[in-house]
Amino acid sequence: MIQTFVFYLFATLVIASAAMTIVARNPVHSVLWLILAFFNGAGLMLLLGAEFIALLLIIVYVGAVAVLFLFVVMMLDVDFAALRAGFARYLPFGTLLALVLLAEIIFAIAAWNIGGIDNGVRAAPTDTSIPNIQALGTILFTRYLFIFEAAGLVLLVAMIGAIVLTHRVRSGTRPQNVSQQIRRRPQDATRNVDQPSGQGVQL
Amino acid sequence: MTQYFQDSWMGYGFGWLFATTALILMIALPLMLAVAMIIYADRKIWAAMALRRGPNVVGPFGLLQSFADGLKVFLKETIIPSSANRGLFIIAPVITFTLAMLAWAVIPFGPGMVLSNINAGLLFLLAISSLGVYGIIIAGWASNSKYPFYSALRAAAQMVSYEVSIGFVLIPVVLWAGTFNLGGIIEAQRSHVFFLNGFGFNPLLFPMAVIFLISAMAETARAPFDLTEAESELVAGYQTEYSSMSFALFWLGEYGNVLLMCALNATLFWGGWLPPIDWEPLYWIPGIFWLFLKIFAFFFIFSWVKATVPRFRYDQLMRLGWKIFLPISLLWVFLVSGYLMVFRYGALS
Repeated sequence: MIQTFVFYLFATLVIASAAMTIVARNPVHSVLWLILAFFNGAGLMLLLGAEFIALLLIIVYVGAVAVLFLFVVMMLDVDFAALRAGFARYLPFGTLLALVLLAEIIFAIAAWNIGGIDNGVRAAPTDTSIPNIQALGTILFTRYLFIFEAAGLVLLVAMIGAIVLTHRVRSGTRPQNVSQQIRRRPQDATRNVDQPSGQGVQL
Repeated sequence: MTQYFQDSWMGYGFGWLFATTALILMIALPLMLAVAMIIYADRKIWAAMALRRGPNVVGPFGLLQSFADGLKVFLKETIIPSSANRGLFIIAPVITFTLAMLAWAVIPFGPGMVLSNINAGLLFLLAISSLGVYGIIIAGWASNSKYPFYSALRAAAQMVSYEVSIGFVLIPVVLWAGTFNLGGIIEAQRSHVFFLNGFGFNPLLFPMAVIFLISAMAETARAPFDLTEAESELVAGYQTEYSSMSFALFWLGEYGNVLLMCALNATLFWGGWLPPIDWEPLYWIPGIFWLFLKIFAFFFIFSWVKATVPRFRYDQLMRLGWKIFLPISLLWVFLVSGYLMVFRYGALS
């Protein structure tokens, strides 16, 4: 009973906050609503017993990606009028995209119900006797090892690409050399003088 | 306790609700008291290191100073700047405070003494601590004032950076313990090195304990990493526009987080509620005493560092996180997993 109530609570909140993400006038509010939607999505996953995925969603998306997203949106100087004007123009395209996604979800559910790819997996989709993390780890590092490693490599390439694209060597700057700073000793930089009065200091 | 209430007249569901609420109060109320006393302790330690007396007027030895401050702050007017984003401005300190309380749900205070004994306890803690940055970002943005905003930007970059190294530091611990459950991690530390309880006594894991301690200071934005509230540059950082209770909530949340990080240090590397030496008479002392002793020892280190180390520059902070801690902890993930593969799982034989 409580599970059903909590499910509908989370589901309603996901939909409401997703709608608010689109409707909100202020982009920062949009991002905050999006974060709330992520958070409630994680709640739904917890209800399904996928605690690892749920917590990872919070750590990665809410804790890191959305923070950086918020960071960028806060610093942007967004012209709201231009954004409003674009709404009508992108409406047909957006509707099409939404329809495609909806159709995909329906197909996926239908395919799941008909069952085809692997009936053995489908018959016992979750094994509650072993923890989530262990189950995922076992399958990722045995059966899907190659795909997993390949995905890691793709991400690495993307990261290197991003660094190459944004990193420029600027001439004329004088960056600090930290090891040089640490190596510096007081006796290299200062000296004691017995200063006679009435004369300037010899530098 | 849950079992006891469920067996009484209350029945299963209501008994669970009643017992859990009671347990939450049993953690949250002493925690609030602990935060009040730890603020006092912080000021006393800091004063002693600066050869001052510290709070010594309110109550014996100034023990009631925090309560006097709390009362004063409670009676002040809450001022909301006219150009601030009202709703977000009010919600920000509430988020900080709530998250600081929430994380204590999975900390074990003794054998079986834990509110929520979940499998992914450590991941839950990481998730909660990664949310902590929102309170600061929202406060900085909603204040609609430049110093809080600078502070929010600094906080965002700082916390995201140090979470990365904290995440990698935790992997060797989890690998060694073989579980994400905090109770399991503590049990795995029993007589870990000969007769010593604690991963920190293991020479292979000790560097991780040090990195975790320093990262914890950065994650809670404590001195020397308190660039978010660097008063010489940013007035009071994200708290600049806050007054009265909303300010107090930030204050409580911040110290709650510091206590949590001390508890995590104690739990992950120094045996949590286990006594430091695996010797029977030491187990006669309740585990909660050992945990509190360790938490206070770490808090003393936090205060000590605050009183002695000058504040980092921002680029030094980023360099430490990304160029020193991240490579070292990444290397240690390989080292520890290699060691375990060879000596525990016998990869070579």
